[in-house]
Amino acid sequence: MSTLGIPAPVRRWRDAVLPQSRALPAERSAPATLRVRSVTKTFHGAGGLVTALDDVSVEVQPGEFVCLVGPSGCGKSTLLNLIAGLDHPSQGQLMLGGQAIERPGADRVVMFQEPALFPWLNVRDNVAFGLTLSGMRRAQRYARAEQYLELVGLGQFGRAWVHELSGGMKGRVALARALVLDPRVLLMDEPFAALDAQTRDRLLLELQRIWLETGKTIVFVTHNVREAAVLANRVLVFSARPGRIKAEIHIDVPRPRELKSPEMLAAANRISAELESEVTISEEQEMATATARNFASHGLLWRL
Amino acid sequence: MVVALKRIAFYVGLVAIWQALYASGRWSPMLFPSPGDVWSALLDGFRQGTFPTAIKASLQRVVIGFIISFFLGVLMGTAMARWKSVQETLGSLVLGMQSLPSICWAPLALMWFGLQDTAILLVVVLGSTFSVTEATYAGFRNVPPLYRRAAMVMGATQMQLLRRVLIPAALPSIVTGLKLSWSFAWRSLMAGELIASLGGFGQLLQNFRETFDMPSVVAVMVVIVAIGLLVNAVVFRPLEKSIQRRWGITTDDRQSDYRKSRRPAASIQRQLDIAQ
Ligand SMILES: Nc1ncnc2c1ncn2[C@@H]1O[C@H](COP(=O)(O)OP(=O)(O)O)[C@@H](O)[C@H]1O
Ligand SMILES: [Mg+2]
Repeated sequence: MSTLGIPAPVRRWRDAVLPQSRALPAERSAPATLRVRSVTKTFHGAGGLVTALDDVSVEVQPGEFVCLVGPSGCGKSTLLNLIAGLDHPSQGQLMLGGQAIERPGADRVVMFQEPALFPWLNVRDNVAFGLTLSGMRRAQRYARAEQYLELVGLGQFGRAWVHELSGGMKGRVALARALVLDPRVLLMDEPFAALDAQTRDRLLLELQRIWLETGKTIVFVTHNVREAAVLANRVLVFSARPGRIKAEIHIDVPRPRELKSPEMLAAANRISAELESEVTISEEQEMATATARNFASHGLLWRL
Repeated sequence: MVVALKRIAFYVGLVAIWQALYASGRWSPMLFPSPGDVWSALLDGFRQGTFPTAIKASLQRVVIGFIISFFLGVLMGTAMARWKSVQETLGSLVLGMQSLPSICWAPLALMWFGLQDTAILLVVVLGSTFSVTEATYAGFRNVPPLYRRAAMVMGATQMQLLRRVLIPAALPSIVTGLKLSWSFAWRSLMAGELIASLGGFGQLLQNFRETFDMPSVVAVMVVIVAIGLLVNAVVFRPLEKSIQRRWGITTDDRQSDYRKSRRPAASIQRQLDIAQ
C-alpha cells in the first residue's frame, strides 16, 4: 500500500478521521512481524531541537516479549507512540506485517502508565469499549469481555464501577481492555510504575502467565530492571539522549520465572550493568540541558 | 435528619424574630407585615387563583427560555472547544456578556419586540445561555488527553471519539452549568416580568406594590424562592448527584478522605478477598 500518491493535506485529514484498523479481532490476519527501520524522531522543544530517537532499528517477531529499558527521557515512550501511530517519525519507517504504520489502529493497542479507564462505564463496558467501536453486537462483546475479565482474575467484577476499584484492579482492567481486541502487538508503557511494590510483583507474574497463555507479541517499556528480567525474552537497552539502542540482552531463563530466583538476579544484574553507565551520563546531560535552559531564559529576560 | 432538624429550628427562630420585630411596633404594619398576614395572603393567592395563573405563565416562559439557552449554550461551548479562533473571539464576548445583567437588555428587547413574550424570552435567554456555554467549553477542555489517546489506540473514529468519550467526559461539567443556568433563567425572568407587564410573578409583584398590599408582595417573594428551590431540588440536584456518583466524583466529606477513597468499596473488597 503506497501513500506516496496522496497529497499531504488529504492524508492528514484521513489520519484524523479514520483509524488504520477497525477489523474485528477474528477477521484480522495472523501475527505479524514489527519492523522499525532507522527511525529518527526530533521535537521542537522549548530549548531548541531535541533528538528523542536517533537512527533506531528494531525487529520484533510474532509472539516475542521485548522490553525496552533506559534512563528516563531517552525516547522509550516516543518509540511506543510511533509504533502506536499516535505520532510520525521524522525519518525512517515503521512496518507491521508488511504494512506501513500511519495512524492509530486496534491492531496496536497501548496500555499507558495510567489505566485511563472511563469512569462513566462499568468495568465490563470499559473492557468491551474497543469492541463497541468495531461494531460488534452486544451479546457477543459482553461474552468476550467477560472472558477476558476472567483471564485477568476479575471475573466477578463486570458490574463494578471504576472508582470502586483499587489501583491494581484498574491495571488488570486496562490489560483486559487491550487484550480483548486481540492486537497483533500489545504496547505497554510502564503500566505498573505507579503501583506499590507488592501489587506490581503480583501483576508481573500475572502478565507472564497471560503471555504464556495467549502468546501475544508484547513491547514493554520499563525502567525497572527486575521487571525486564522477569518478563522479557529480549531486553533492548537505550542510551541516554539522543536515544539509541546500545545493547541487546537475551534472557533465556526458562518460564514460568520466579521473581527472586538466582537466575533472575543474575539477569537483572546484567541489564543493570549496561544501564548504569547510561544513567550517570543521563544525569549529567539533564543538568547540562537544565543549565542551558536557564541561560536561555535569562537571556530572554535580559532582552526584554 | 439532624440537618433537617437544625434547619427547622433555624427557620422557626427566624419567623419568631420577624414576629417580635413586628410586635415591637417600630414600623407601620402597612410597610412591615407580620408572618401571619403573609401566610393569609399566601393562602388567598392560591384560593383566588392568582398564584396558580402566575405560576403557569412564569414556568412556561422559563422552560422555553431554558431550553433555548441549553441548545445555544451547548452549541457555542462546543464550537469554542473545537476551534481555537472561535474561543479567542466568541469566548471574550461570552465573558463580557456575563458581566452584563441580562435585564439591561429589557429596554432594547421591548423596543424591538414590543410588549410581547419574545421580549421577556430574550432577557431570559441572554441571562442563562452563557453559563451553559462556559460550562460546556470547560467540560470539553478538561477532558484528560489520555482518554482521547486511549480511545484512538483502540480504533476510535473522530465521531466515535466525540460521542463515546468527549461528551460523556464533559457531561458532569455541563450538568453543573445547567444547574447554574436554571437559577439565572429564573432570576432573569422575574426581572423581565417586573418591567414588562405580561403576567407572571414579576408583574404580580408590581401589582401588589401599586395597591400597597405588602403581605401579598412578601407572599409572592416566598413563592418565587420556593419554586426556584423546588425545581433545583427535584430536577437539577438529583441529576447532578447521580452523574457525579456514576462518574465517581465524590463531593461528600466522609468519602473524600484520601485513604478511604483509594480503598475499594467494602463490598468489592470482600469479593476480592474471596477471589484471591
Ligand atoms: N511532544 C514532545 N515535544 C517536545 N519534546 C518531547 C515531546 N515528547 C517527548 N519529548 C522529549 O523527547 C525525549 C524523550 O521523551 P520520552 O520518549 O517521553 O522519554 P522516556 O519515555 O524514555 O522517559 C525527552 O527529552 C522529551 O523531553
Ligand atoms: Mg516514558
